[in-house]
This record gives sequence, C-alpha cells and structure tokens, in this order.
Amino acid sequence: MSQSDQPIRGFKQTAMIEARVNAVQAALRERAPNAEVALQELDHSAQEQWVPRNGARVVARAWTDPAFRQRLLADGRSAVLELGLTMPKHHRHLVVLENTPTIHNVICCSLCSCTAFTLIGLPPDWYKDFEYRARVVRESRTVLKEMGLDLSPAVEIRVWDTTADTRYMVLPMQPQETVGWPEEKLVNIVTRDSLIGVARL
Amino acid sequence: MDGIHDLGGKQGFGTVRYTHDASAFHTTWEVRANSLYAFAVRSGLFNMDEYRHAIERMEPRHYLAASYYERSLTGMATLCVEKGVVTREELECRAGGIFPLATPAAAGRTNVATRERFEIGDRVRVRTDYVAGHVRMPGYIRGKTGVVINQSPTYPFPDAHAHGIEAQEEPTYDVRFRAEELWPNSCDSALVHVGVFQSYLQRAE
Repeated sequence: MSQSDQPIRGFKQTAMIEARVNAVQAALRERAPNAEVALQELDHSAQEQWVPRNGARVVARAWTDPAFRQRLLADGRSAVLELGLTMPKHHRHLVVLENTPTIHNVICCSLCSCTAFTLIGLPPDWYKDFEYRARVVRESRTVLKEMGLDLSPAVEIRVWDTTADTRYMVLPMQPQETVGWPEEKLVNIVTRDSLIGVARL
Repeated sequence: MDGIHDLGGKQGFGTVRYTHDASAFHTTWEVRANSLYAFAVRSGLFNMDEYRHAIERMEPRHYLAASYYERSLTGMATLCVEKGVVTREELECRAGGIFPLATPAAAGRTNVATRERFEIGDRVRVRTDYVAGHVRMPGYIRGKTGVVINQSPTYPFPDAHAHGIEAQEEPTYDVRFRAEELWPNSCDSALVHVGVFQSYLQRAE
C-alpha cells in the first residue's frame, strides 16, 4: 500500500466511485456558489454540443467546397470557425489529415486521451483503453484489421500520436456514390470513427 | 516520468474492445466527473498539464485498475488537495470511505537551454533525457531519429507548466518516424507522427 492509500480517519474500505464524485462536487459547491450552474452547462456541452456531427459538417463542407478544403488543410482552426465551430483555447492548432486511395491516417493519444473533442466528440472507451493506446502506434495495420478495417498492403498507414496540444482530425475520402449529394445529406454519412481514422466510409 | 501511463508500444495487451459508435459516457457520474475537471481548469484551480501529470502520478496498480473517469476524478481530487482547496480528510468524510489520491510529484524542469529551431525537412533526434516530473515525450521515441514535417504555434512547456515553474513557450514539431526504426523487426510498417516539444529535440547529422 502506498503512502497515498493510507486511510486518514480509520476507514477500511475505499469509497464507491459515485460517492467520491459526490464528495468532490459537494466540496466545490460549498466553495464556489456558481459551481452547479457551470457544471450543468459543462454536462450539457459534453453530451449535446461537442458531438461528432461537428466534424461531419466540416468534412461535408470540404467535400463540396474545394476552396474551403484548401483553407481547412492549411489552417484547420480558422477554417472550422467559418462553420461556427470553436476549439478550447489551449488547442492552438488543428491539423486535418487527408486520406487518399494510398494514404490512411489514424489518430491516437498514447499518453492519455487527447482528442479534438469539440469536433469529434468526447472520445469513446476504446480510444482511452490501454489496448488501443499501447498497440496502435506499433501494430497499426493489425489493430485496424481487428477493428474491421482491412487495408490493402498498398495503402500507407500514418499514425498521429497526440502528445501535445495540437489536435488532429481525419478527412475521410468521399464515397464515390455520394458525389453530387447536397452538403446536408453528406453530413449524415460521416461517422466519428472515420474522423478518428479507424474506419473508412 | 517513465510512468505507467506511457503505454505506446507496450506489449501484452489484447484486442481493442471496439464497438461501432461506442458512446463516450455510460453513467451520469462519468459525465459529472468530466465536468468537474473541466470546471476546475476553467476556474483556474489548475492547468491541463498539472491535471495530466496528477493522473500519471497515480499508483500504478490503481492507474491500471481504474476506469478512465476514475483516473480523471483521482487526478482532479489530488490537485484540489495539494492546492489546499479541500483536505483529504474532508473528502473522505464526505465520501464515507478511503479516497485514494495520486502520489506526490517529483521536481519539474524549465526549457532546455540549448534548444534549436528546426525547419520542415530537418532530420532530428529525440534527446535521451530522463525527466523525473511531467514530460510529453513518449518513451518509444527517446533517442530515435525522424524528420520534421510540420510546426505548431507555441505552447506552454509542459515539463515546467505542470510544476508551476517559469518557462518560455515553445513550438512543437510534428516529427515523422518510421515504425521500423522505433521497433526494428517488431512492428507493422507505418509512419508514426509525434508532436515533439522543441526542448526534446536535437539536430541529427
């Protein structure tokens, strides 16, 4: 037992996780009267505002507007702002990674869970799990195949490990049969997993 | 620190537990745990580097056994205690049981004095530094050589920012490594890109 696990008041059992969450929030609420309102706003943002549909809108625009696509690839953060999409202050740079028939990009965070979450959504379990973090940098083709994406040997895989506050998002290839669709319809076919790069469309 | 969190390239892990369009949250406490850390960062209680480092400092058995949002809560609560916002005793009384926290931080460091500017296309080597405190250099690139393909705006230097140490902001370089050079004869062929702070790099001949 490490020093940090030594009980202070004779408790013998670790508190349930919900009780620990409640303890922290009760302590904060007591010290910051505005905390509950702010927490409710954050709850709402995390579930309703920071959703993969944001990234899907960016992709659909890039597919239908070549000039936007160029701006997006040159400076992602400014380009997504054109669609009213913002990123946290500390995400100072957005790099959009263009898939081609012979290049496939996939993003990860081997050290924790960093993601362009305002565009892609808060990351799913598997993105934060040890299996993905440990293996995708080293065994990318194998991991992608296990996840259902069996890439031809001719496709070069580019892995992007999010180790700083630059954020990455994949620009998937547009399925041939959707060329000519209106932007609003294209938004519906772009999945979160294609923005991360573990799926193609 | 060469901590348990530094997972890139570690072997022995099995199949990714992937389900199509898996959700980010499963219960309301997970949503609230996420909001608690975000609220603390927005309120200036601590910064993102302090938060990441507090999670890295979790006792390894706890880190490995905890879910993602338990790690988040533990890091956040550790910083609240370390910064004097609340005592551990109060948290344990409120929770009605032991509230495990992360272990204390080692010393941080400021920027490397001899750091250089690089251009796109430069060949660079990751310094063989061993840093006791927070560092954003994954162990798998230490000492390895790659090519600069992009440069970011400047960011707070995490090795200092996580420890309240004065430092200049630095750009990061997107450095392209060949997986075959990172793990010779023991990987899938790929290009692996890592955002590397200027202080972690030196010019390769």
